[in-house]
This record gives sequence, structure tokens and C-alpha cells, in this order.
Amino acid sequence: MARMKFLCDADRCIECNACVTACKNENEVPWGINRRRVVTINDGKPGERSVSMACMHCTDAPCASVCPVSCFYTTADAVVLHSKDLCIGCGYCFYACPFGAPQYPRVGNFGSRGKMDKCTYCTGGPEADGSAIQYEKYGANRLSEGKLPLCAEMCSTKSLLAGDGDIIAQIYNDRVAKRGYGSGAWGWQTAYRETIAT
Amino acid sequence: MAMVSTRIRLVAAAIAFLVLATVATPVTAQQINPTADAVKEQQLLAQFKRIEGLGTIPDTKSYTIEQPQGRQWREYQEVALPWIGTIAMLGMIALLLVFFLVRGMIRIKAGRSGVNIVRFTGFERFIHWMTATCFILMALTGLNITFGKLALLPLIGPSAFSTWSLAAKYAHNFLSFPFVLGVIVIFCMWLAGNIPNQVDVAWFKQGGGIVGGDDPPAYRFNGGQKMVYWLVVLAGTIVAVSGYLLMFPFYGTTIVGMQLAQMVHGTVAVLFVAAMIAHAYIGTIGMEGAFEAMGEGTVDLNWANQHHRLWLEEEQARVGPANLERQPSATPAE
Repeated sequence: MARMKFLCDADRCIECNACVTACKNENEVPWGINRRRVVTINDGKPGERSVSMACMHCTDAPCASVCPVSCFYTTADAVVLHSKDLCIGCGYCFYACPFGAPQYPRVGNFGSRGKMDKCTYCTGGPEADGSAIQYEKYGANRLSEGKLPLCAEMCSTKSLLAGDGDIIAQIYNDRVAKRGYGSGAWGWQTAYRETIAT
Repeated sequence: MAMVSTRIRLVAAAIAFLVLATVATPVTAQQINPTADAVKEQQLLAQFKRIEGLGTIPDTKSYTIEQPQGRQWREYQEVALPWIGTIAMLGMIALLLVFFLVRGMIRIKAGRSGVNIVRFTGFERFIHWMTATCFILMALTGLNITFGKLALLPLIGPSAFSTWSLAAKYAHNFLSFPFVLGVIVIFCMWLAGNIPNQVDVAWFKQGGGIVGGDDPPAYRFNGGQKMVYWLVVLAGTIVAVSGYLLMFPFYGTTIVGMQLAQMVHGTVAVLFVAAMIAHAYIGTIGMEGAFEAMGEGTVDLNWANQHHRLWLEEEQARVGPANLERQPSATPAE
């Protein structure tokens, strides 16, 4: 089995937000929930870089560790998923997550949280693959159809890469070697305790 | 005419540009390389501990893309807090057990007189038990967040545990309101009797009648009770403030603020629970005749004489020794 990862090559990201739009559309994400977002660092200054960020599907995921009801699980492809049937909306995963991935629909006043929603790596949830209930709760399940997450698939500059960690790391390595620079594999050190030398 | 002037202007501009370019080129080409100056993830992390930028959605907290300090909070939540809680609570229970085996129940030395004196009014008892009930339920539902998945989840399975935990979360949130109200009323109604004074120093020096055979005099509240009072007021305030910060996410807090609030809330809460276990012990099996003060509201005259002599004298002076039995006291004793 592959070890699925995301890698955003910030030197290629043009901040078009197509990944964000693709995610929202493919997964029918509710209003106000952002599974993926693009953030620009040093906006308007020389050397600004944009990074597309979502759940990084960490090794030894902090969200899973702190969840009081243990609603997280890791698939054979190393995708971190959770059960909305078990989630109690306590917000602890958001405190622990280094990437701000968990999102909560508002269910009442004063920011009270509903059941958590986050990037599923287009892998659905605990329900049967391809079922209507799985789609309704978690969105698309492209991985079971042999497809990668749509955000990365339709990235126009191939900045956002998805796939087996070793393969996308190799692609990034080759790019860095060829063009002679790279701002790093954003989040890899934090998520996987490994980094790609640039 | 117009054509000529445009052409002249263009030529002038071209010359000016060339002059500027020859002056400026060596600087831009050799010293400013936007690519080389680009931000690097590792540099930013080492410099700022977190990486922030600008986004295009209204959710401004999403502009932070990386904040690895969640790891320290995770360590606290998964390792430190369970240990602090276990040691504090089990330690307290073990301590009380040993104490009970050694000391036994503290008896009324003179035996029961059969005459009762009012100690707590109906209102005082109602406030006490309202706060106590909320406290116990909030302690159980709160401990469920930390210990539930270790102790309860394997027993009842994920589905039942999740249903219970969701109900527990709502109970914990909503019971906080009567609890905080109770703490505020307790603070006001018993403040006068809980100002520390010289009598308390003497009381502690003589072991409070708990350690050793002495029965040091005390007013309505002795040194130990004053400690419980101030603990409830202080710990109650801390858990209330930190709890409401967590209940209303991002109202005046950032993610770091909420991590801190949760750490304060968890630590103070488990210590609070440990302290209240001791309070419940001395109010029930630890001391003969103590529970009825908060139960029926009256205590035996000999109990009052043994544990709260100065208070009894005050009461006798106020209503007269003959009229003590079942006399409702309109105002607190002091």
C-alpha cells in the first residue's frame, strides 16, 4: 500500500484557488467549511509564496491522539479519517492540529460546534465506499475509484501534488535539482517528521 | 505637430530609460534575486514557531497554515493531565483511606445531647446542594473527556460511548451556569464567616481537632472550612473563566489561548475534584454529626460545642440558651 501525502510546491503555486474550488465542488462541502485553503506569505513583497494547505494526513496524527472519543482512524493508504457518527464536536482536534485542518459547522449561537469536517483525501468515511450516505457525510471517494484527490489532480501548475509520498518527493526533488531552488515541502517536517532537502 | 511631439517624447523616454537601466541594472541583477529571497518553510518555522500569511476567505484563523506547538498541548492532554489527575485523585483517596483506618470517625466526645441547633438555613443548604450536584456531574462529565476513552470506551463500545459523551458535553456546558451562580452566591453569603483571623492560626497549630486529641475553638467556620471556602471560590473562578473561554471559541482567544485555557482548566479541575473528595469525606464518614449540618440543617449541641465553641457561644448569646432548638436563624451567625 502507498503512503499517501500532499506536497505543495510553493514555487509553482500561483494562488488561483482552483484547488479550493475543486474541493468544495467535488465534496459538496457546506457553506463556511473550508477543507482546503490557499495562504500567501509575504503578500506583495519580493519572494512572496503561496501555499495550499489542508489536512496533511499526519503520521501519528495529533488529532487522533487527543480525540476524547477516539473517532479517528488511519486507512491502509495512511489517510487519516474520522467518523461523524462518533464525533462529539468538542474541538480538541482543532487545538492539536498543526495545520488548522478540522472545521466545525455552527450548530448554535456563540460558535458552538457541530460534528467536525475535514479533508478526507477524497476517501470518504467509514461507510461503504461509493454509498450515498458516505457521499452525504464526507464527500467524494475518488481513491476507491483509483483517482487522486481532485485538488491536486486539477492543479494547473502541478504545484499541489498528491500521491505516494516517495514518488511525489522524487518529483519535487527533481524539480528542485533542475531549477536550482525550492522553498521546501511545506508541513512535511511537522506532519511526517521528515523533510526533503532543497 | 502632435505626431512630432509624441515622437520626441518617446525618444526622450527611451533615452531616460536606457540611462536609468545602465545605472540600475548591476544592482537589481546582482543583488536582488526574488527567487533566492523567497520565504523558506524551515526558516519561517525556526524564526516564528508558526507560519502565517494572507488568505482570501473570511475565516482569518485559516491564515495560519502551520503551528506545531499543538504538539506540546497534545503531550499535556495525553500524558501530563491523565497523570496529574490519577495521582491527585487516587492519591487523595488513598490518603483518606489510610487516615480513616488510623483515626477512624471523629466522634462526638460527650455523646449526643439530644438538643439541636440550627447551623445552615434552607437557603444555604439549597445553594450548597445545587452547587454540589452541578460539581459532581461536571466532574464526572469532565473526567470523561480525559479518562473516558481509557476506562469506559473499552467497556461499552464506541457507539454507546459516543452517545454518552455527547450528552456529557452538553451537560458539562449547561450545568456550568447553575454552578457558577452557586459559587457566586456561596462567595457572598459565607464571605463574612470566612475571613481568616487569629483563631484559625491557633486552630491549625492544634491540628484542627483532626490530628491529635485537641478540640481547638472555632467560630462558625474553622480554619479547614475556610480553606475549602477559598478553594471553591478561587478554583471555581479559574475553571469558570477558562471553561467559558473554551465554550465560546475564538471570542477573545486564539488557538494558543484556548490551548492554555484548556491546560489551566484541566489541571485546576482535577485538583479541585481531589480537594472536594476530602471535603466530602470529612462531611460524611470522617466525622460523626457533621453531615446533618448540611442535611437537616441542624447539629447536636455537643457537636457544636466540640467543633465550633465560639460560634455556639455567639448563638447562645443571640437567642438565649433555652431557645436554641430548631430556631431558624434569620441572618448568618457572624
